Amino acid sequence: MDGIPGIFQFRSRFGGQTVAYPEGPASFPERFRGLPLLDASKGDGGRAAEEVCPTGAVVDPGTPRLAIDLGRCTFCGLCEEASPGAVAFTRDYRLAARSRNELVVKGEAPLLARALDEKARALFGRSLRLRQVSAAGCNGCEAELNAAGNIQFDMSRFGVAFVASPRHADGLVVSGPVSENMREALLETWEATPAPRLVIAVGACACSGGIFRDSPVQSNGMPGVPEIPVDLWIAGCPPHPITFIDGVLRLLGRVEKDELRLAGTGILLPSAET
Amino acid sequence: MANRVLQAWNGEAVGAAEVPVLPVDEFQQIVADILTAGGRVSSYFGREDGDRTLVTAVLADDAQGRLAVLSTRVGASWTSLSAECPSLQAFEREIFEQFGVRPEGHPWLKPLRFEPPLVPGVDPWGRVAQPSTIPGNYPFFRVDGEEVHEVAVGPVHAGVIEPGHFRFQCHGEHVFHLEIVLGYQHRGVERLLVGGPDRRTVGLIESLAGDTSVGNAISYSNAVEAVSGAHIPARASVLRGIALELERLANHVGDLGMLAGDVGFLPTASYCGALRADFLNSLAEICGNRFGRGLVVPGGVRFDLDPGAAGRLADKVQKAWEQVDGATGLFFESPSVRNRLDGTGVVSRETCMALGLVGPAARACGVSRDVRRDHATGVFRFLHVPTVTGETGDVYARAWVRRLEAERSADFVVRQLRSLPSGPVRAPCPPPLPDRLVVSLTEGWRGELCHVVTTGHDGRFTRYKLVDPSFHNWIGLSLAMRGEQISDFPLCNKSFNLSYCGHDL
Repeated sequence: MDGIPGIFQFRSRFGGQTVAYPEGPASFPERFRGLPLLDASKGDGGRAAEEVCPTGAVVDPGTPRLAIDLGRCTFCGLCEEASPGAVAFTRDYRLAARSRNELVVKGEAPLLARALDEKARALFGRSLRLRQVSAAGCNGCEAELNAAGNIQFDMSRFGVAFVASPRHADGLVVSGPVSENMREALLETWEATPAPRLVIAVGACACSGGIFRDSPVQSNGMPGVPEIPVDLWIAGCPPHPITFIDGVLRLLGRVEKDELRLAGTGILLPSAET
Repeated sequence: MANRVLQAWNGEAVGAAEVPVLPVDEFQQIVADILTAGGRVSSYFGREDGDRTLVTAVLADDAQGRLAVLSTRVGASWTSLSAECPSLQAFEREIFEQFGVRPEGHPWLKPLRFEPPLVPGVDPWGRVAQPSTIPGNYPFFRVDGEEVHEVAVGPVHAGVIEPGHFRFQCHGEHVFHLEIVLGYQHRGVERLLVGGPDRRTVGLIESLAGDTSVGNAISYSNAVEAVSGAHIPARASVLRGIALELERLANHVGDLGMLAGDVGFLPTASYCGALRADFLNSLAEICGNRFGRGLVVPGGVRFDLDPGAAGRLADKVQKAWEQVDGATGLFFESPSVRNRLDGTGVVSRETCMALGLVGPAARACGVSRDVRRDHATGVFRFLHVPTVTGETGDVYARAWVRRLEAERSADFVVRQLRSLPSGPVRAPCPPPLPDRLVVSLTEGWRGELCHVVTTGHDGRFTRYKLVDPSFHNWIGLSLAMRGEQISDFPLCNKSFNLSYCGHDL
């Protein structure tokens, strides 16, 4: 069938696509690596994990203070292979925090971003327009941020959307380790965004420089750009679209409950979602 | 010529000392002869060599599946070949920027990615310090005349994409010339890779271009296995092929949706945006990451599929492909879509050959080159994916070629998932041998990913030269825009969808 009738016919066969989250559970593949759970009393206490970690994210191995800095973690899972027992990844997709330090986790408690104060929630809670700045992001974070707006994750159902100009934006979403060659453009975009404004750092690179940490031509992410205060840090390489949306909704006070609801495993096909 | 160049094959290591080092004029004569006779430059890069620079050329003979490798030592300057061989234009600028070797007579000797020189000394561009803003410090090509105006776009764009600057010389809507300035994404990757392999290497390779994690990881692993003398199990080889084609599917399907969005055909834009996820999620079913990160490592792959999971994955990919077929069918059959795509952003076959374009952008011009067929490694040695070509070189051809390629990839993935060879998925990979050189090519979804790796006396990487397909293809986008309307730029840009960070490294 051609033309408009053909489009409608396809649409009816295709069915609804939007994920059940946040009202319903979120689906993730069985092998998805989310919040790690650390136990220094098991295995080698994380010593081998520290040796294989590509970004130096394992903190205090072999001591009861064993932790992982999710701001550096690329979720490659090599630590889990190297130190079984001491490190185990769960499928908890909630990986955002209000301060950089909170991303250093032991995994015994969920990592849930605190909401903004009442005044800021009144301003941004029902409509949040964001300008994205890729400051040497590899297109992994950018691709997942785009996906957050597609019909599957459909971020705009919460009043959250990306806009074309910083002048129209309530805040910035920064990805990448902030290359020297993007530093000034990032600062100018920040200055062009009217206050009050939020800043969200997305991905290991923006949180710490990630895999590019200590390369001389970048800034180790937003901690290396003190001119711009960050309101929300989101871990991942790249963060899953639901991780991003969950972080933003918690920031806005739109999602508050802390029970974790994960659907049965399986590919996120329409039939599996609804 | 046989004695003056080293004949090498994709993914087969040679002794670094076997590469002949020729006098500069002889080297340039051979390069120019091969390129003007239909050869293609895969890589062309410098290495520090005392007070001189050792330049190595890797020239592909796609018909024979061979690679010619030759070197020369140059001082502070040499004659530019770019006017005769335009496919060298960016390579000569890169060697100038990294090593200060001035290509005399280069038609447009401008900064390439604003990276600090790889050798200490004077900045080739004569800058005192790193410039504060790149476009402001860049001498653009200008068209003068009454009512001629400039349009500047970027580095921060309207969409959620990487940064780059585009400068148009226009008369009304008509574009005379587009100059593209890149370098904003420069992270210093090639420097970080020297001294490897180490625990950071795979992660760096997977983040070269985030949408090509699998392709680059395969090129890297093939290179390391070659310099180490390792062989991977058959099952690992097939799983790598499946992951590579899933990556191609995800990107091709996603970009067809983006193209639909750019011409305002929203049904396909919406459906393809969602369907792309099915292929990304298939990668996540295998390895836990939607971009296939953490899957491919030297020696094989880190994750296996049990028979039940492989069968379920095959069913899901089959079903997702049937939906893509329907969603893209709406798009290509719509007259209003065809009206926007047909004849827009044409690159001729001659231009494509001269510029050395690769991947779907080249195949859309009717130039049949595909590493999976021409320089096959791994699973593609014995299981073939048919190569698709277009003929018109326009946005339509680039879109249609990608639609057909996605179909071939889906067919490949489903068939291989249903007939996986048995056995292990990983073999030991010993440390690299000293003093080796290997060229490792993989057909990523944008085209040829070229990794050239050299090891030193201690087996460590002394140079890791990367050429992303975008490095060849950005100039193709510039030329596709000549004589077009500026309002068609987003459409042309998306039809190439080139990597900024892959270029900027």
